[in-house]
Amino acid sequence: MINLLTPEFLFTVIRVTTPILLAAMAAVICNKAGVVNIALEGIMLTSALTGVLISGFTQNLWLGALGGIVGGVFIAFLLAYFALYLKTDIILGGIALNLLTVGGTVFVMFAITGDKGATNSVRSLQFPSINIPFIQDIPIIGQMLSGHNLLTYLAIVMVFLVYFLLYKTTFGLRLRAVGENPDAASSVGIDVNRIQLYALLLSGVIASFGGMYMSMAYLKVFTTNMVAGRGYIALAAAAMGQANPVGTSIASLLFGFMESFGYQLQSRGIPSQFINMVPYVSTIIGLVLYAQYRQRQIAKKKIQKIHEEEVKA
Amino acid sequence: MLKQWLKKQSVDSKFETLRFSVAIIIALLVAFGLILLVSKEPFEALRHLFLGPISKFRKIGNVVETAIPLTFLGLSVSVMFSANQFNMGSSGALFMGGTVAAIVGLTLPLPTGIHPLVALLFAGVVGGIITSIPAIIKLKWNASELVSSLMLNFVALNLGLYLIMNHFRDPDAGTLASFKFPATALLPTLVKGTRIHFGIFIVILMVIVIWLFLAKTKWGYALRMTGMNMNFAKYSGISTAAVILYSQFIGGFLAGMAGAVEVLGMYDRFRWQMMPTYAFDGVIVAVLGKRNPIFVPVAAILLAYIRVGADTMSVNSDVSYEMISIIQGFIIIMIAANAFLKHYRQKMVVKEATSHD
Repeated sequence: MINLLTPEFLFTVIRVTTPILLAAMAAVICNKAGVVNIALEGIMLTSALTGVLISGFTQNLWLGALGGIVGGVFIAFLLAYFALYLKTDIILGGIALNLLTVGGTVFVMFAITGDKGATNSVRSLQFPSINIPFIQDIPIIGQMLSGHNLLTYLAIVMVFLVYFLLYKTTFGLRLRAVGENPDAASSVGIDVNRIQLYALLLSGVIASFGGMYMSMAYLKVFTTNMVAGRGYIALAAAAMGQANPVGTSIASLLFGFMESFGYQLQSRGIPSQFINMVPYVSTIIGLVLYAQYRQRQIAKKKIQKIHEEEVKA
Repeated sequence: MLKQWLKKQSVDSKFETLRFSVAIIIALLVAFGLILLVSKEPFEALRHLFLGPISKFRKIGNVVETAIPLTFLGLSVSVMFSANQFNMGSSGALFMGGTVAAIVGLTLPLPTGIHPLVALLFAGVVGGIITSIPAIIKLKWNASELVSSLMLNFVALNLGLYLIMNHFRDPDAGTLASFKFPATALLPTLVKGTRIHFGIFIVILMVIVIWLFLAKTKWGYALRMTGMNMNFAKYSGISTAAVILYSQFIGGFLAGMAGAVEVLGMYDRFRWQMMPTYAFDGVIVAVLGKRNPIFVPVAAILLAYIRVGADTMSVNSDVSYEMISIIQGFIIIMIAANAFLKHYRQKMVVKEATSHD
């Protein structure tokens, strides 16, 4: 049988969860601000490319990281500009940007490097892996939690940062007010467009780290369409976590678990096409199970309400 | 009142034409700028992009060949989006449609004429099932049809590849491809020197059928009402759940047919190893064609022209084919921008009002 509880397996789970978790945190911020950021996929793809190119040409990792963020935020800005100021339907706008970036990244890659398919001719830099002192010496737990990429730890920190931002700062309060009821927020003097713009730009920064993780940590090159739907999986995770940072992290971890489970099946003679399906099938199943659960909760609440009213009467 | 309404209509449609043209021109200017930026011989590249499709008879044929699946996909997305469902499943339906048509072509011994029709029917039904799944999930549990349909595309792609590569692969084909289809299954080529095939009649027929369906039947009316205002449709007694289901099924049916027509019309074997590059073009064709079945073929030909131009350009110059996705993305996002050029509309209204009184 497949042994799922080895430290190596759990290490892989954390490794493949990282990009989903980062993008999911970006989705959380947007959902809380009442904007749907379908363009996460395109943001990740763009930052994955610009990070590789800039780090390759400057041979400086931090400039590369900056380049990745600028690339991702540029796409987020385009979405914000068209959706908030030119009133493009935000979903259609997101779809358009995702279509644009799938080919657009290949166009830029070919124009700058002459490569098509992968940036093999660019010697880009990678984010380093880090061994955590003390924890790395603990058996099993050390094997699981230590030695991950810098961006993996950033992703974990990001969960707390996003939580702090949303629930402990004035900006977070305003952001949630805009998401809950934009009219009410605007009546007390909050600039709804501006808050949503900031939310989209911020999500661009966070998702960019997810994109760079793909090309500068998980793999060492940019390859065509390498994000492969992770931006959408992150949206599903944020929906399942009800845009709560903790719940969303658990949902992301679940999807990471399923993807790793798929890799485990690879050595068991199961056709590769079925293994490729695992993350997507589990996302659909996850969405359905969660939606079922939510419906039951709503029904329960309704019954409770009726009951309370009866008692009162 | 009627007169005023007519006046408003004409300003609106004039303004729409202006907005669409400006959006396309800006997108082409962006392309122009990009070519200047990256190419060593930008004018050579531009010449191929704009004149390539009419440079040879064969190229004109390419435009028509490409416009066939684009029209199918545009109709598909038009019908699905008209019900206000962001269902992106038409690419999955396209791929599985092609797969199913190939399997029917290879396994069922049927006479010429009937064989491709049966393949088309099966492909359509399978396509319809694929796009119905996100609709069912949405109706039953209210989960995002956009995310589930995009996930389903990956599933459909891999399922199709599995079926062809593991059960119908010809080891002697040289590349990854299925066995050769029997002659009975193929859609015959119509014009010598091109690959324009019988599918063109099928697609014209479908344009007419979908137009009649949307404009002249009560189901089409219910569909448009549901798309415009779901609650209003509900209160006026329309079963919106049924509307969503049949609209998504029809959309998938059309996309499945697109796959079948493409595989049986353009190839002698199943040759797709990944999602065809035009699989998501239904969105732009539907947006450009304003979801109107009559305009959809026009939009498809325009897009096919750009695609063939970009193909010619990438072969003959140093600019890559993928530039078209930048053009497309800009066109979609600008046409969908409701406030784009808004003050021009106001000016036009004022001008119209003052000139006639």
